[in-house]
Amino acid sequence: MLLVVEQFLNGLQFGLLLFLLAAGLTLVFGIMDFVNLAHGSLYMMGAYFAATFVAWTGNFIVGAILALGATLLLGIVLEFVALRHLYGRDHLDHVLATFGLILFFNDAVRLIWGPAGLALPLPGWLTVPIQIMPGVYYPAYRLAIIIVALAVALMLYLVVMRTRVGMLIRAGASNREMIGALGININLLFTLVFGLGAALAGLAGLMQAPILTVQIGMGENILILAFVIIVIGGIGSIRGAFLAAIFVGMIDTLGRAFLPDLLRQMLSSSAASTAAPALSSMLIYLVMAIVLVVRPEGLFPASRR
Amino acid sequence: MKTAFWLAGATALALAHPAFAADTIKIGFVSTFSGPTAVIGNDMRNSFELALDHLGRKMGGKPVEVIYEDDGQKPDVGKQKTEKLIQSDKVDFIAGYIWSNVLLASLKTAVDSQTFLISANAGPSQLAGELCSPYVFSTSWQNDQTPQAMGLYMNQKGVKSVFLIGPNYAAGKDMLAGVKSTFKGEIKGEEYTVWPSQLDFSAELSKARNSGAESIFVFYPGAAGVQFLNQYVQAGIKQQIPLYTAFTIDELSLPLQKENALGIPGAQEWVNDLPNEQNKKFVADYRKKYPGLRPTYYGAQAYDAAQLINSAVVAVNGDTSKKDAMKAEMQKANFQSLRGPFKYGNNHIPIQNFYLQDVVKDAEGQLALKTVATIVKDDQDRFHDKCPMK
Amino acid sequence: MTASLNARAAVAVLVALGLLLLPLYSSASGNIFLLTLFTRIVILALAAVSLNLIMGYGGMMSFGHAAYLGIGGYAVGILAHEGIGSGFIQWPVALIASALFALAVGALSLRTRGVYFIMITLAFAQMAYYIASGLARYGGDDGLTVYKRSDFAGLINLSSRVQIYYLCLACLFGGIYLVWRIINSRFGLVVQGLRSNEQRMQAIGFPANRYRLVCFVIAGTMCGLAGALLANNTDFVSPAAMYWTRSGDLMVMVILGGMGSMFGPVVGAIVFLVLEELLSQVTEYWALIMGPLLLVIVLFGRGGIMGLLGRFSRG
Repeated sequence: MLLVVEQFLNGLQFGLLLFLLAAGLTLVFGIMDFVNLAHGSLYMMGAYFAATFVAWTGNFIVGAILALGATLLLGIVLEFVALRHLYGRDHLDHVLATFGLILFFNDAVRLIWGPAGLALPLPGWLTVPIQIMPGVYYPAYRLAIIIVALAVALMLYLVVMRTRVGMLIRAGASNREMIGALGININLLFTLVFGLGAALAGLAGLMQAPILTVQIGMGENILILAFVIIVIGGIGSIRGAFLAAIFVGMIDTLGRAFLPDLLRQMLSSSAASTAAPALSSMLIYLVMAIVLVVRPEGLFPASRR
Repeated sequence: MKTAFWLAGATALALAHPAFAADTIKIGFVSTFSGPTAVIGNDMRNSFELALDHLGRKMGGKPVEVIYEDDGQKPDVGKQKTEKLIQSDKVDFIAGYIWSNVLLASLKTAVDSQTFLISANAGPSQLAGELCSPYVFSTSWQNDQTPQAMGLYMNQKGVKSVFLIGPNYAAGKDMLAGVKSTFKGEIKGEEYTVWPSQLDFSAELSKARNSGAESIFVFYPGAAGVQFLNQYVQAGIKQQIPLYTAFTIDELSLPLQKENALGIPGAQEWVNDLPNEQNKKFVADYRKKYPGLRPTYYGAQAYDAAQLINSAVVAVNGDTSKKDAMKAEMQKANFQSLRGPFKYGNNHIPIQNFYLQDVVKDAEGQLALKTVATIVKDDQDRFHDKCPMK
Repeated sequence: MTASLNARAAVAVLVALGLLLLPLYSSASGNIFLLTLFTRIVILALAAVSLNLIMGYGGMMSFGHAAYLGIGGYAVGILAHEGIGSGFIQWPVALIASALFALAVGALSLRTRGVYFIMITLAFAQMAYYIASGLARYGGDDGLTVYKRSDFAGLINLSSRVQIYYLCLACLFGGIYLVWRIINSRFGLVVQGLRSNEQRMQAIGFPANRYRLVCFVIAGTMCGLAGALLANNTDFVSPAAMYWTRSGDLMVMVILGGMGSMFGPVVGAIVFLVLEELLSQVTEYWALIMGPLLLVIVLFGRGGIMGLLGRFSRG
């Protein structure tokens, strides 16, 4: 029973991390109709910036905030210099161009920081286990991730639902041409949205850095999950991204936790261990395929075209 | 039109390799030089270079040339690089190979071309058994040997039950199988994690704690070992369940694991404080040549690989076409290994001692690895019967 | 019009000649690595040609095409592992398996359009990747070594580097010919029409999805053949060949060469893979050049290399 609680928290934490990544992606895709494969690279840059700034300043919080700012800036510059010229083009052009960016970022990181990757140690006060229930100890840092991600989700919700900018964002996701026709400064809006997306990706990257990894190419694996999430949730919908992300995070973690034992009833131990992670990963794609076949616009589509 | 001609011409020029002079001994070295485990590849390269320095950068009177290639920890990449070294660079020897899966993917290329392959780390069970080859030698061990030694030690300590965790690839499976083959207590669980992408062990640690096992055994090389120990301590399990390891704590991971690693034992065939002469020279010269760094067993194995190759080249006076003579010489293990007693079984896997290493604070209060006991002497792997070579 | 065709035709002829004569150059210069490299290039060019059929001509952006390389490869690998070494059994199995997978994926995916189509084809390819990763018996993530290449009972010896190269080249030329015949047939015209204006075609009475599906299956089968060739050439199959980034590589080759041009994918494959090889020998940081290069091509070089050639000779 206690094990289930722990695994549930693990799944929640992973899902929330995925949400941060997917939220940025769905915003950019929904509002600018732009397929950004380099989103994973921004995630990677967030982690690298964090490792660097924390080492420079010696303070975890300060370093993290600086990294967030740096990723935001990087996103804005990227949009301004290169990506805005691609709006309105074929999705395939987006794919090709941002695929090229992935290659570029991976090698740029290698050039600047070397091929070995970095480590981001946690400050002492975050490494202690916290007793959240009698008998259930959960690492403090992972609780912090959950809290921060939920806070960001709440903030996003408030901004998107309750502010004027948020209204413009929602309108843009529904009908791009109309807000242009209404005289809103489209370029500025787009740049802001892209920057926001970059910042969210960077946040996800820097938050997972201490417990997982800071290495070249770390964006590729998780990017694909982010795309799956926004497709399931509905492109342009943050609410959809939130629910889909939690769902995907749960499937992945609970699958890893309980599938091997389930399979071991039928297969040898080693075969079950090889099959289990494959099966739970497949499950995620299967769900996406089913959603696409049954409801091609996703579960909570933003646009009502 | 012009562009096409330009491209064709440039391509032809660039890809045309002149046949290399036979006046150097060419060695290819496949290891990992990118990603979080690049530290291991660097240690091996440092040690290999140090060995060449000690040999005067000559073998059998001829200058030595080494070409290092990065496998990126991927079997298909490692295989490609092996192919390139053998077919394009025409190396006389190919060495390195940290990862068992990379080695297994590259094996056929080397064996088919009759190029001598020296594994300085990977030791999959197939290599010691049915896939053994006259052209393949190991200067490390067979994967099962080290965890087997740990299993023996756990018996000696009276441990009653264990929960096993390891990565899901050739070596991970070998490691856990090794413990199971000697440990006499109860196996409460066996978990394999996705390798190398999974660095979050929370699910597995939760299961271990829930199983009621008296101890946990892990195998996680490189950065994964750092993350595992971090999470083991962060979840509060260190106070509850003791940990036994193989290849998880070494001089590379220790500076990152810090106090988390204190008091956690590991089994190893080489520890930095082994008292023989060649080892003392190796460690001292390594620390001098690479200030701030300490050699690990990966490096010690790479150093031995250079010595093994040298013994073969010296025996044929630099004439690397005499493959049978070189093979016979290498089988004799006619060199001073850094780990002390070293000889080969029929399958070209070393027969050697295994020691217990512990993490302690030395006289200056620094964390260090120390040899505490000899677990087993002249240990031979348990697959040598499956190898058809005599 | 004729001028642009001339430049493109000239390049095509030159490249074809170069590929035909390559083994002679390779044995003369003693550089066998060149031959191995180009065998791989030719095989991937075949995969690119098959992708061009559905992407360039059919307008179907499939992000899961590398799956067929894996399916064809694993058909050979698994059968070889289980002791069935005859190419006469392995290759038909590879082709049939690829066709069936394409049929299943196509039937489900072609109900969607645009980015959703991209995502769902991607999903199915990733599923294939994870299935292969989950097969402990056949190596899983570690991959599977193919100890004996496909045996064709003396007809052809695939262990000979020259012979396998020419077989791959023959398959490539055969594939291009097949695509040419399809495109210039009534069926092909319908498929191209569907790419231009689907509603109109449907109004005329063509069942869009059925035509697209046939096209999709043909392309998948052709790529499965490439997969079988690849397994023989590398003596190794692994799930890595099916990962989504490899599908991305194939798309880049097609777009680089020029979509909807017959020889474009071949040129694209050669340029992409040779650049990769060359640049990695010149500098470790080859992607720093390759990345922005792709970006520039997208921004300015519409129609890929073949398109550029067309414009140069006209202008």
